[in-house]
Amino acid sequence: MTVSYDNSKVIFQGIKDAGITSVSALPETWLGLLLQRIDADPDLTLIQVAKEEEAIGIAAGAHFAGVPHLLLMQNHGFLAAINGIVSLAQLYGLPLCMLIALRGHWGEPYSWHTRGGIVTEPVLRALGIPFEYARDPATVGRQIREAWTFSQSSRSPVALLLTRDLMED
Amino acid sequence: MRRAECIAMLYPEVADTPVVTIMGACAQELYDLGHRDNFFYLQHAMGLASSIGLGLALHWPDQRVVVLDGDGSVLMNLGTLATLARYRPRNLVHIVFDNGSLLSTGGFDSHTTSGITDLAGMARSAGIEQVASVDTVMDFGEAVIAAFARQDLSVIVAKVAAIGPNHYGMDLHLPENAYRFGRWIEARRRVGSAANPGKELR
Repeated sequence: MTVSYDNSKVIFQGIKDAGITSVSALPETWLGLLLQRIDADPDLTLIQVAKEEEAIGIAAGAHFAGVPHLLLMQNHGFLAAINGIVSLAQLYGLPLCMLIALRGHWGEPYSWHTRGGIVTEPVLRALGIPFEYARDPATVGRQIREAWTFSQSSRSPVALLLTRDLMED
Repeated sequence: MRRAECIAMLYPEVADTPVVTIMGACAQELYDLGHRDNFFYLQHAMGLASSIGLGLALHWPDQRVVVLDGDGSVLMNLGTLATLARYRPRNLVHIVFDNGSLLSTGGFDSHTTSGITDLAGMARSAGIEQVASVDTVMDFGEAVIAAFARQDLSVIVAKVAAIGPNHYGMDLHLPENAYRFGRWIEARRRVGSAANPGKELR
């Protein structure tokens, strides 16, 4: 199984087409090719964090500065960011547009991802965070744009889950 | 040295500067000097004040940004020191009030009380060049003047007493603070680009 080169390119283009100019991220395997493109693009700012919770603060700063910003992380990173999501973003009514790699879910061969994979959706629901699944390169561009629009109109965290169907060949 | 004295000294210098502060005593002491719409009080999400400051500074490079942080908060988000060092926003002044205490939750000693853990040393080792350690009001004032005069990321670790205000309360709702802070920035960015085409660091 390899990370999809073509679909990483489609996601990258979707991020740009949505008008995003800044991305915070903590790299993980499925996001590697996408992050390389973002890093290489002179029109995009990439801010890499040591822990995903930092990205919640950085995203808040970008929001206050009026710069369109998106967060990229693995689902375990989402779990690491929960307090920031709840007691900064949700408490203050700030938008977060999150693309979250859904590891440890259907088709996962590695046991270490599976507990995080199984709890990701229940945790998102428990926090009241709207989410959708990105499975198809034909629609992911629109989904990214709609996630961005929705995060802004709701002033809320919103998550687009990047699935195995999309991210792996 | 008392944190309230330091904040009072800083106050006139940040009349038009966005300030992000941690919760509790630090927020209250700033608020009590007179709330301004350019002050954002992070009343929860402990640890993230410096991350918010970093995000704001990176996306508004012509504007000086000040973060008022605490030893407990920094310890809770230690990675921030490395992230700050890596991206080195030249317009960010990060002030860490180290009172060796989690004061607002009962005054328990934090890891810095005994002097074993040196936050300034950690900041330097994380790769931040301009780090000052101060424990008098005079030295604090000088460190602030130097930080505001230079065009580089500056960290000031100020050793202060574990003393706080005798009351807590703000006539300001949290989302209200977020809205008004965001609107202040929006208005300031509009004026800034019109009035400051040379893009000097303010």
